[in-house]
Amino acid sequence: MKFWAYTALAGALAIAHAPLASAEMAEDELVINDDIEIVTKAPAPAHLGAFDEIYSGWLFRSEDTRDVQRDDFDNPGMLGVESAMEAWDSVEGTAGKACSDCHGALEDGQMVGVRAVYPKWNENAGEVWTLEQTINTCRTERMGAEAWGLNSKDMTNMSALMSYESRGIPMNVAIDGPAQETWEKGKEIYYTRYGQLELACSNCHEDHYGDWIRADHLSQGQTNAFPSYRLKDAALVSIQNRFKGCIRDTRGVPFDIGSPEFTALELYVASRGNGLSVEGPSVRN
Amino acid sequence: MKRAMTAAAAACILATGFAGTGVSASPVAPGDVVFEDGAVAASLTGMPGDPVAGAEIYAEKSVGNCVSCHAVSTLPDVQFPGNIGPALDGAADRYSEAQLRGIVTNAKMTFDGSMMPSFYKVTGFIRPGIGFTSKPIAPEDITPLLTPEQIEDVVAFLMTLKEQ
Ligand code: HEC
Ligand code: HEC
Ligand code: HEC
Repeated sequence: MKFWAYTALAGALAIAHAPLASAEMAEDELVINDDIEIVTKAPAPAHLGAFDEIYSGWLFRSEDTRDVQRDDFDNPGMLGVESAMEAWDSVEGTAGKACSDCHGALEDGQMVGVRAVYPKWNENAGEVWTLEQTINTCRTERMGAEAWGLNSKDMTNMSALMSYESRGIPMNVAIDGPAQETWEKGKEIYYTRYGQLELACSNCHEDHYGDWIRADHLSQGQTNAFPSYRLKDAALVSIQNRFKGCIRDTRGVPFDIGSPEFTALELYVASRGNGLSVEGPSVRN
Repeated sequence: MKRAMTAAAAACILATGFAGTGVSASPVAPGDVVFEDGAVAASLTGMPGDPVAGAEIYAEKSVGNCVSCHAVSTLPDVQFPGNIGPALDGAADRYSEAQLRGIVTNAKMTFDGSMMPSFYKVTGFIRPGIGFTSKPIAPEDITPLLTPEQIEDVVAFLMTLKEQ
């Protein structure tokens, strides 16, 4: 922090102040299973004025935590993926179908690249949908099965499988055309200072990534690595559940998982990471 | 100019406050705090604070939690201080007591748009919750993050941070 600036101006009128983020992070490269190269640093997408380079949250974690993600045998998030692989082939619901009946065996690769473009405009619904909302529509409308809770274990596991299928592919969500209005709304939420602590996503993840808030090393708050296995919770965490936690920590009231607000925010945050590889299921502390 | 007057006014108020009758007026309400160039001249309680209690409030996560954003070398036992804001060593050399009170009361009056929370404010929040429960709080139930006594204790602690 350059506090000489305040010292010099102390006592003057209120000082407009925008701290320069210092990008203190690991110099490291992520190749999963010695095979899948993950882009953890990329040029910032054109819409993002705030910085020149975008970084995966992986670079801000400790060496121990980073190492757990290098190999699927060590990555506890893979258990969720495996369980979803079983669900993929399991018949459920009144139509007597499994996901694989319509989308093929996983080896056919029909789901490769899907995660990278979500949240995405759904033409029929006339709104932007998250991957979880899309999956649930297949369940309720095409399988005659019950919807999964958007933050349930089954759903988060399936979401992790979708990430796994796209690992290494760069995030590339569309923000123009019919999605633009939702994107703008998400952007507004990103810069709104919530709660009694009056903190916006941008305060922590844009102005102060690389800095420490107590023992937490702030990243850019990217979503490319979700779902992520949090060692602290010993569970896979969905994107919107992470958002909930971040707003709760402002002494604020988060939006609901699956709400239009969080879907808009998810689209906007995903677009800030366009160019970073899909990395889920990732490992975080 | 204005600054000199503020300082003079502060001296005046402090003098009467401390050497006065000992009858402490009721604390200044959050909405009634008077800021001058970000500074708050008079003690919110009419009394001086306790620097030892202030150090605890500063370091305690559930109270001031200043340590989540600031380091200070006089409290070496505090683990993992944050670095969102500047280290506070020498804060009392850089700022007057009135300025420090202003910063702790509502830092946004000194640093426009500051990330530092406003510790003595009860209105103007977006989606405020009951603590960290994620449950909404009724506007009339909002209490400031620190009480007037705690603000004065923290200010007294900050006044001990002198290097010169
Ligand atoms: C009865 C057939 C059927 C079943 C069963 C089915 N889906 Fe679908 N699914 C579809 C159709 C049709 C679409 C829309 C395809 C399109 O518009 O490109 C779709 C779309 C999707 C998409 C979005 C693909 C994209 O490119 O945007 C995902 C993800 C998906 N399904 C996952 C699942 C999962 C997971 C299951 C099992 C829980 C499942 N589906 C079961 C028919 C099915
Ligand atoms: C008070 C600071 C703070 C605010 C405000 C905040 N976050 Fe976070 N966020 C954190 C911390 C701490 C972490 C865990 C360390 C890290 O990755 O930054 C985190 C992690 C994340 C992650 C996971 C990143 C990864 O790679 O694992 C995402 C995504 C995220 N935040 C999004 C948001 C969004 C969206 C908002 C606004 C609604 C927000 N955060 C507001 C502190 C904050
Ligand atoms: C969320 C982070 C955060 C918290 C919590 C926080 N501050 Fe700050 N503080 C800052 C920032 C950032 C600055 C730098 C001023 C600015 O530009 O906003 C600052 C500036 C200051 C300054 C002026 C320092 C200087 O040398 O210019 C003082 C004094 C101060 N804070 C005291 C406190 C005290 C006391 C507490 C606890 C009651 C506290 N802060 C809590 C972020 C924080």
